[in-house]
Amino acid sequence: MIRKLGAMAIDGVWRLGFATRFLFLLLRYSGQSFLRLHLTLREIYFSGVLSLLIILVSGLFVGLVLGLQGYETLQRYGSSEALGVLVALSLTRELGPVVAGLLFASRAGSAVTAEIGLMKTTEQLKAMDMMAVNPIARVAAPRFWGGVISMPILAALFSAMGILGGWLIGVAFIGVDDGAFWSQMQAAVDIRYDIINGVIKSFVFGVAVSLIAVFEGYDCVPTAEGVSRAITRTVVSSALAILALDFVLTSFMFRG
Amino acid sequence: MANSGQEALVDLRQVRFAYGDREILSGIDLTVHRGQVVAIMGGSGCGKTTLLRLIGGQLKASAGSVQVARQDIGTLNTAQLYALRRRMGMLFQFGALFTDMSVFDNVAFPLREHARLPESMLRDLVLMKLQAVGLRGGHALMPTELSGGMARRVALARAIALDPMLIMYDEPFAGLDPISLGVIGQLIRRLNDALGAASIMVTHDVAESLSIVDYVYFVSDGRIVAKGTPDEIRASKDDFVHQFVHAEPDGPVPFHMKAAPIGEMLMGKGAR
Repeated sequence: MIRKLGAMAIDGVWRLGFATRFLFLLLRYSGQSFLRLHLTLREIYFSGVLSLLIILVSGLFVGLVLGLQGYETLQRYGSSEALGVLVALSLTRELGPVVAGLLFASRAGSAVTAEIGLMKTTEQLKAMDMMAVNPIARVAAPRFWGGVISMPILAALFSAMGILGGWLIGVAFIGVDDGAFWSQMQAAVDIRYDIINGVIKSFVFGVAVSLIAVFEGYDCVPTAEGVSRAITRTVVSSALAILALDFVLTSFMFRG
Repeated sequence: MANSGQEALVDLRQVRFAYGDREILSGIDLTVHRGQVVAIMGGSGCGKTTLLRLIGGQLKASAGSVQVARQDIGTLNTAQLYALRRRMGMLFQFGALFTDMSVFDNVAFPLREHARLPESMLRDLVLMKLQAVGLRGGHALMPTELSGGMARRVALARAIALDPMLIMYDEPFAGLDPISLGVIGQLIRRLNDALGAASIMVTHDVAESLSIVDYVYFVSDGRIVAKGTPDEIRASKDDFVHQFVHAEPDGPVPFHMKAAPIGEMLMGKGAR
């Protein structure tokens, strides 16, 4: 039992080391991939644009629920006009980056791992390497940057849709004052403290999820089972990384 | 060995390769001259694909030297290795075509990456390469729409896109029907002669290989156990070559894997 735990710990440290080395290689070869900008734009489309539907719909529903729950609690203290503040702060500081990050990992991260893993299984990466084309520059780096660029935009859109959902429930259905909803939000939400910190969080999550997705695909065992395990690891590791990083970032950003 | 006076393009001297303590290849001496088609034959898992990877620089020899075009593969840095690989082509066992690109784009890939050509010239070149493998009519198809033999022909067109000096084939005949097999075999020979290149083919298809190659190396348990021209191989009295060429189930390569005596295993001793 102790031996197994030790082996798992050593394996974990090894993989962390490999992932860090892989990140350095990604950064080293990023220049080459930016020179062929169409590759990165294509990945922004696949990771970002194609994730829009799930992000927007989820954001709307999260906003609707926040509106309902927030109103139910706030009206007990006679401050239902603060609903806009509650919804906006919850979304920009926490729910936007975190939930969008989790959805992004499930939708785009898993797809990136599967695609690179299958390319490895079918020897496409080896073929590229034998054609003197670096697979990290040609395949991994564009997918990494596609995710890093898409993630903050998706998180911002998630938050915007969530606020719209909160407004729909609070103002359009329940009847909270429209002016109070927006003006209190405008007064309470600080661009640097709330919005920028939220954007920084979503950028960090984007780096984490994209690195995990690309690394797991590149490092997978080139079999059907290996690819399937890599996809699972991408989703699980990304979720854990997002939640752990969120705690660390929150403790630095919002200490009061 | 017959080489018609051409320069040695690939030269392996006393090559040894091991994964940790597990030795895969040892004492390998192999030479391939320009203009030759050479087959490396042997049973599954004997180390012949590893040999191909050593020549392509995907693996580094544990000892000995691997020289391609008078450059020692083991001493090259990544940029030098990539410069050398631009003059090599490799056909993978199942083609390894890029599944998100059409047949045309697959063949155009190395040209787009390494040769800054106007699109009209690139188009002509790609169509000529596809014409050489008989698939110009399929340029707009996606790899998923191709049969195994067609995929390998497209991969062959891609491998020769940059007119390489050395073409490597990893099991080019595996899983092909007799017609496709014959087509690929003839293409390997014709393209090699047309390009004035050298070709190395890893295979265990005896009949097709002996009909197109100039020289054969037999590998068993990580060593070269026999070599010669196709005629020498057919006439060989060597037990291993005889078993391989005549597809005999038992011989120097045993039918049974090493195991404890069957009586002991059936009685429960050493069953695991």
